Formats: sequence, C-alpha cells, structure tokens
Amino acid sequence: MRRTLKISNMINLHSLTFAYPHSPPLFQKFDWSVKHGEAWAVLGTSGCGKTTLLYLLAGLQHASDGQVLINGTVLTRPRPRTGLILQDYGLLPWATVRENAELGLKVRNFYGADGIHTPQDYRPEQDVTPWLERLGISKFADKYPSQISGGQRQRTAIARTLALQPDMLLMDEPFASLDAVIREDLQLLTLELCGESGITLVIVTHNIEEAAAMGNKILLLGEPPNQQARAFDNPTAGKPGHRESREFHLLCQTLRKELSHETA
Amino acid sequence: MKRRDVLLASLGILAIWQVAAMVVNRPILPTPIIVLDVFFKELGGELPIHFAASLWRVVAGMLLSVVTAVPAGLAIGGSKRLNRFLSPVIYLLYPIPKVVFVPIVLLFLGIGDLAKIAVIFIILFFQIVVLVRDQAAGLPSQLLQSLRSLGAGRRALFRFVYLPASLPAILTALRQSVGVAVAVLYIAEAFATQKGLGYYIYYSGSNLMNYPAMYAGVLAMSLLGLGLYFTVDWMERKLCPWKYMG
Repeated sequence: MRRTLKISNMINLHSLTFAYPHSPPLFQKFDWSVKHGEAWAVLGTSGCGKTTLLYLLAGLQHASDGQVLINGTVLTRPRPRTGLILQDYGLLPWATVRENAELGLKVRNFYGADGIHTPQDYRPEQDVTPWLERLGISKFADKYPSQISGGQRQRTAIARTLALQPDMLLMDEPFASLDAVIREDLQLLTLELCGESGITLVIVTHNIEEAAAMGNKILLLGEPPNQQARAFDNPTAGKPGHRESREFHLLCQTLRKELSHETA
Repeated sequence: MKRRDVLLASLGILAIWQVAAMVVNRPILPTPIIVLDVFFKELGGELPIHFAASLWRVVAGMLLSVVTAVPAGLAIGGSKRLNRFLSPVIYLLYPIPKVVFVPIVLLFLGIGDLAKIAVIFIILFFQIVVLVRDQAAGLPSQLLQSLRSLGAGRRALFRFVYLPASLPAILTALRQSVGVAVAVLYIAEAFATQKGLGYYIYYSGSNLMNYPAMYAGVLAMSLLGLGLYFTVDWMERKLCPWKYMG
C-alpha cells in the first residue's frame, strides 16, 4: 500500500484552502497533482497566489484547510528532500561561493541524520566541488557574492540546493533579474540537471516565455480564489529547438490570451 | 585608519600644542617636549601600572557587554514580539547619559574594579544591543526562508545566520563606544581608587599640581583609546573579510 502511494504522485493537493489573515482566500478547495519527475511551470500575474503555492509546497506556509501531500506524506514542516530557490538567491554575504554552496550540507551535518532536518539515510558529506564544476562556478569558489554576477550567484544557489540531492526542486522567479541570454542558459541547465537526477520541478514565474520554455506542464493561476487547476500540456519543453517551434509560439499565444482574460 | 595618517595627525596636534603652549606660557599648559620627556621617564615608573589597570577595566567591560548584549540583541531582533515589548524600554534607557550612573554604581558596587567595569559595561551594553538588534531584524526574509528550506531550524539559523550577521554590528558598536568608554573611565577612576589612568591624571593635576605628569597621563589615555581602535579595526579585517572586497 505504502509502495503504491510512493510511486503515484510527488505532489497532491487535496481540497486546499489558504488565506492570509484578514484577506480573501487565494485558494479554495483547490486540487492539483504532480507526478514524479515532471517539470511544471506555475504561471500567473502578481497577487494570484503563485508564490504562496510554492511556500505551501515547501512547508513554509500552512494550509488553512485541506491537505498538502508530498510523496504520499502530509506536509507539516519543511521537508529535507525539497530544495527551494528564490529570486533573491538567499546567499550569505559573508561567505564565499564555496562556503555558500556548502551551507546546506553544513546545516545537515549540524543536525545529523535526524529525519526531521536531514534525511534519515544521510551520510555526512562536505565536498561540493563536483557541483561547483557542474555549474561552472569553480573558478569563483573563493569569491564573495558581492564580487560575482547575478547569474553566478544563482548558479551558487542551485549548487547549494543540488548538493543536498533533492527529489523535488521549487523555484520562485529564479531568473527574473537576469539578462535574457544568461536566463536562457540557466533555464536549460536547470531542466538538464533535473532530468539527470529525476528531480520533480515546480517553477513559479510571471513570464509567459519562461513558463512555455520550462514547463512540460503549465499551471495557470488566475484572479483569486483559485478553485480549479487549469493545466496545459507542453510535451516538447526542454527539447532542442523547442523555443523556435510552432508549438512554443502557439502555446505562448494561448497563455497570453488566457492571462489577459484574467486581468480584463 | 592608516598608520601614516595617524602619524601625520599626531604631528599636527603636537605642532598646534607647541604653539599654544608657547603663546599661553603658563605651567598649566606645558609644551609637548616637556610632557613627552616626563612621559618616557614615567614609563620607567608607575605609569605602566596605571595603564594596565585601566586597560584591564576597559577590556573586561567590553567583553562582559559583548557576552551579554549580543544574545540579548539577537533574541530581540529575531522575535517581533520581544522587539515590540523591549524596544521602548531600550529607547527609554538608551539616551540617558550613562555618566549619571557613575556615583550610583560606585555606591552599590563599592570602590573595587567591579564598579569601574560595570560603568563601562552599561555604556557598551546599550550600544551593542541596539546595533545587533537592528542587524538581526534587518536580515532579508529571503535569506532566512532559503536557509529554512535547506532544513535549518532555530538553532542552525542562529549558528549560520544570526551569529555571523551580528559580528559587524558588534565591531561597529565597539568602535563607536571605545571613545566614550575611555572618557567615562576617567570619571570612574577619579573617585575612590589608587590605580588607573583616571586616578593618575586627577591626582597629578589636582593634588600634586604636576602638570607635565598630568598631560603624560592624558597622553597614555589617548594611546589606550588608539590601541583599542586599532584592535577593533584589526578584528574587523580578520573576522569580516567580505566587507573589504568590492
């Protein structure tokens, strides 16, 4: 029984309701599910609740009603196998790139394999060199965040998260402040890395092209309260030439139309 | 501070002093040459003992205030509720010139070292609490959320974020307070003690009318402050190298 649950879905939202105090609900009896290894983009205008959704999945916010199940378990607190990457990188300004990349591991070593902060089968580890190399930032290992570019900072944040070997990666507008070329590089790299390790990806964005480029599935959020999950399939995302394909442009058009309906 | 700048500034002050002394031409303002002469003679006498006594009191007061004020500042800055509760208390006490407490502290803690250390402690404590609190409260929430998502609970956040983040605040507070601490030390040491630069200055000036010795004491006190400034600067470069990279 437990086995089948594990295989089924990475994320299950059951009749999720969420409201901030003294505000109308962002989600009302909202159902949504994500299969293992899928790459989802959550698209919506500001105030639609997309960042809140991510925080709910991360266990940093709690549902007012209903359930958030991650990998078959009801989520009550941040889960050690979930990685979260925010727009603002969240790097420590007083630590070098290498020290920042090691931070997650240091936190784990600090607690030991307690099953709460750290997976139970965790073995103390410290070496992030392979991840620095994989993300192309080993040259900057001894620099401080203030000395490197935005793209390199986001690479550091990704290295820090992947070093923890997550099975799910949550990203909140991770590339919003980057130049177009660097952004596309990092979008592809992220998809590649998630694909290699079978990581389930949920990326939140307000950018239609980014959603269409990264999400195999796209969840569209609208004017709150969100009651029904509106999803779009996008099977060729991440494949070579996808961004130049007809499907990509058609999807962008559809999404744009849907979004303008929302704001009208 | 660069060493060369300090040297130039010292020479400038000595020059102005020399001119002023020549214009005034009274025993109450001896020339720097006379004072330096006495200073170096006194170095072979009792001055080092007084210097050591003062140094010990300042350093002990600094350490005591860091050890108590940093946890307090972190706790207040890390908790909105505590902050709302305690900040008015701090703001009520913070602006009071701590010098007014000197007689009271002396009354309660007696004439020993403890009273002098306590006076310095009171001054530094509030400075450090306020700066560390602001630092802790001002940490970007994205930074904290990122760390929480990496599995960090309260203890790990304290160890990996709050504590290192408070280091520059502690050093800034120390730097801002060194001058006041040394100045108040003079007042604290002018009463009820036989050791310390404050006593030395007061006794030489008021009882012995030995003005050159009094100025030698003032010089020693200024060197004490300068030494402390340099130490804090050095610590900042050692402990916060990231502040010095562009």
